[in-house]
Order: sequence, then structure tokens, then C-alpha cells
Amino acid sequence: MSLTSLSHFPTPKISHLSTDDFKFIYEPAEDSFLLLDALEKDCVRIEKLRPCICLEVGCGSGICITFLATILKSWPSLYLCTDINHKATEIAQQTGRENGINIQPVTTDLVESLDVRLKGQVDILLFNPPYVVTPESEVGSKGIEAAWAGGERGRQVIDRFLTKVSDLLSEEGLFYMVVIKENIPEEIEQMMKKEGFDMETVLTRRSGPELLSILRFQRTQA
Amino acid sequence: MKLLTHNFLTSNIIKGVKNGYPLSILPGKVEMKEVDFNPEFITRMLPKIEWSALQKAAKECGFEEGLPDTVGEEQLGDTDLLKRVHKALLEIEVVEGKLVCPESGREFPINNGIPNMLLNEDEV
Ligand SMILES: C[S@@+](CC[C@H](N)C(=O)[O-])C[C@H]1O[C@@H](n2cnc3c(N)ncnc32)[C@H](O)[C@@H]1O
Repeated sequence: MSLTSLSHFPTPKISHLSTDDFKFIYEPAEDSFLLLDALEKDCVRIEKLRPCICLEVGCGSGICITFLATILKSWPSLYLCTDINHKATEIAQQTGRENGINIQPVTTDLVESLDVRLKGQVDILLFNPPYVVTPESEVGSKGIEAAWAGGERGRQVIDRFLTKVSDLLSEEGLFYMVVIKENIPEEIEQMMKKEGFDMETVLTRRSGPELLSILRFQRTQA
Repeated sequence: MKLLTHNFLTSNIIKGVKNGYPLSILPGKVEMKEVDFNPEFITRMLPKIEWSALQKAAKECGFEEGLPDTVGEEQLGDTDLLKRVHKALLEIEVVEGKLVCPESGREFPINNGIPNMLLNEDEV
């Protein structure tokens, strides 16, 4: 396999999606694109891992997992993705197909029904969570609100997921997550340190009121 | 849903269900979709596969082109066998159907090739 650090990867086509679709699922926005940029920036690191199983949680339109597969095009891997919104997993499947990529979606809450068998098997894990600070009562929908509603400090879904990361990731596995400043990344770093992970900020960008960052976690290397 | 994906699904998320594995497949519509054969992918994936679950799933989908009862290291060079495994894991697509929990009988729909594992609140 050749390293493709110098090439630029095409952004997945999403022209098959209409404004009507975006009434039901999350429309790719600055946060999604920042995650794509971080994956592109990290492409050598990702390729070196020779991933066998990749998983995106909360795939929405499927643009991120499709892009990851584009980066790894020369490298065959299983691309799984989940979303709590069934419309999203349907659309993610289409997005894969439109871009010549086979992704395997499952409609579920986070990684339920997959976590037992995926224990220690996930080489690349992606999550662009519902990170917006909202009243707690707005969290828990299975529709479009699930795309952003994060409850207090925007951490309700994030924190529920962080406890699962250590079980999922393979020894060298990488976990990429989108956050905003209000999610308090420093605190997330401390939480993950206790689980044995180092955190690095791959990219940061301001978009309107949001100060977005892409965090990368990997097990502390001995 | 490919049988590769099915191999990673359990229904132990249901209250009272211990293993919930493997889920039975009640196929409605099954298609064969050609996928490029990559022996390296199959060899890397094999150690992660629950073989008996794959065998059972393939049978349930009407795929009778015998998968052996076990696959050992020494068979990894057998291209013909790897091709059959490739076919079972990647080319069989369950487009419509149901997954059934082996312990509780709870059914999960597969629509448009996508399994829906969501439970009602009173089931978790
Ligand atoms: C900010 S959007 C990101 C969508 C897409 N990954 C992107 O970057 O454009 C968050 C996604 O997470 C999904 N989601 C929210 N809560 C979830 C949960 N508990 N389990 C699985 N998916 C969830 C939402 O439905 C939504 O598609």
C-alpha cells in the first residue's frame, strides 16, 4: 500500500440528498467538515495502522465514514456505522453507494448490540456527537433533535459514550471526536486519562459562536 | 446487511437476555451482490469471525455451498475456500427480513438492508 500523504482526498458527494432529507437528518456542517479535515491531516497515521474494522457512531448522512473509506481506499476494511435515527442509517448507506463505498449501517443506540463482539476490535472510531448545550429534557429523541441536543454542558451523550471507548478500541486504535469549548475538553482529557488514554487536539476552528475542536485519543504507549 | 455484519450483532441488550447470540435470520429478500475478492481482507478478518454463527447464518439464507466445520491456519492458503468465505461474508445481502433473539424470540426488523436494533424503554 502506498502512502498518500501528498494527495488530497475528494469530499464525498452528497448531491443525492435534498433539503427534504435534512428535515429528518443532520446536514453536514462545519463540525462535519472539520472532522474530515482532521482525518485528512492524519491520513498517514491512519494508513499506517492498516485498520481492519472502522466504526462511526452517529453517522448522520454518512459523510465522515465514507470519507474515511476514501482515505483508505487501497486498504480493505469493514466500515460499520450506527445512528439512533433510522432515516440517517438509510441515508448513510446511500451516501456510501453514491461514492462507491460499502458501508454497513446498524440502527441502534450508540454501539448497543455491537459492543460485545467488537470488544477490542475497533481500529478507527469516529464520533461527531450531539454536543450543543440544551435543556436535559431535549436529549433522547430518535429524530432530528438527536443530532444536536447534548443536555447540560452538551455532555450527556458524550459522557455516556466515553465509558465504552476503552472496551471497543484495539491496542493501537484511534478515536476521533468533535467537541466545542462548552463541552470542557480539559475535563474530558482527565476522564480519558483515567481510562488509559492520551488526548491530542488535531484541529481547532471557530464557526460562528462555536469553537470546534477535533480530539484524538490513543492508549498511552508504554 | 452482510453476514459479516450479522456476525457482530447480539441481542443481549434486552433485559434478561444473557448472550443473545447468534441471532437467527428470517430472510424475506436475499440478494447476491458481487464484491471484489481480496484474500488479504478475508485472512485478516477470519480470526474475528464466529465461525459457527456464520455457518448457521449462511444456511438460513439458503447458501448451501458448504462452508467447512472449521477453518485452521493451514487452510488460509486455499484460495478456493477463501472465495467461498468471501462469498458468505460479503456477497450475501439480506435486504428484507428479521433477526430473532435466540433466547427471548424478540424480532428485529431488517429494512432496506439495515437492521434496526432499537428497543422500547420497557425492554432495557
Ligand atoms: C452532530 S450529528 C453528526 C452527523 C454526522 N456524523 C456528521 O458529522 O455530519 C450527530 C449524530 O448522532 C446521532 N445520535 C445522537 N444520539 C445518538 C445515540 N444515542 N446513538 C446513536 N446515534 C446518535 C444523531 O442522530 C446524529 O445523526
